[in-house]
Amino acid sequence: MENKSGQIEIKRVATPAEAEPRVAPKVFTPPVDIYETKEAFVLVADLPGVDDKSLDITVEKNVLTINGMVEALSYEGHELSFKEYDMGNYRRSFVLSGEIDRDKIAATVKNGVLHLTLPKTEKMQVKKIQIH
Amino acid sequence: MFQPQFFRFGSLMDQLPEFQRLRREMNRLFTAAPYGMDFPAINIWMGQEDAIVTAELPGIDPAKLDISVVNDVLKISGSRGLGALREGETCYRRERSSGPFTRTFQLPFSVEASKVEAKYEKGILQIVLPRAEADKPKKIAVKVA
Repeated sequence: MENKSGQIEIKRVATPAEAEPRVAPKVFTPPVDIYETKEAFVLVADLPGVDDKSLDITVEKNVLTINGMVEALSYEGHELSFKEYDMGNYRRSFVLSGEIDRDKIAATVKNGVLHLTLPKTEKMQVKKIQIH
Repeated sequence: MFQPQFFRFGSLMDQLPEFQRLRREMNRLFTAAPYGMDFPAINIWMGQEDAIVTAELPGIDPAKLDISVVNDVLKISGSRGLGALREGETCYRRERSSGPFTRTFQLPFSVEASKVEAKYEKGILQIVLPRAEADKPKKIAVKVA
């Protein structure tokens, strides 16, 4: 922010503890299923606690990255007395082969499951050759 | 002289959630219980009036989930199908678990079965189990003679 004298005001946080999260969020590798159909590759990932707003999918060069952010649950007046699973973010990357049409990748999330469709480029699709 | 002070320090440790978390983590490491092997994984939150059970159950149909409560025992069962491959499809990776599952838990109190509420959102099941009125602790007034 710039004030009248032209100096840049630096916002200060009272203590470093307030500026930084106290504990670094945990990152988990979600389990995935991958299968190939005639037109596309389909990737299915289990991301419990993630919806369309907290999911971030990027393709950079030939690397596809899934980033799912999960807000830690807590209930007021309740103590976590038995724990089998931990809450944290999800991250996983995949290298895409050249046969995938990068512009047509489509994703849907429902009930914490991500469906990612990676269509093959037209020239890579299996063509049937007719014999005359 | 030393003993009481030592215990006071212990109770201070208990008040800090971070120490509690660490203690639980240590207990988990050294217990032979098959953690992480059962599906679905669950967490239990205890409160004064109720208990909240959360379970990671991505991609199931909530209508096919069977939740029952008898006294202090909670039972969750259902099944997760991942859909069979159609003809011409090839599978490369299958890491997600599937099939029927059942989990049973005993809570430290009886549950008011008629007031149990379950919610399924973003692949996480949440069950609120209120403590039965008859099971709640009673306060005993001390009469002054």
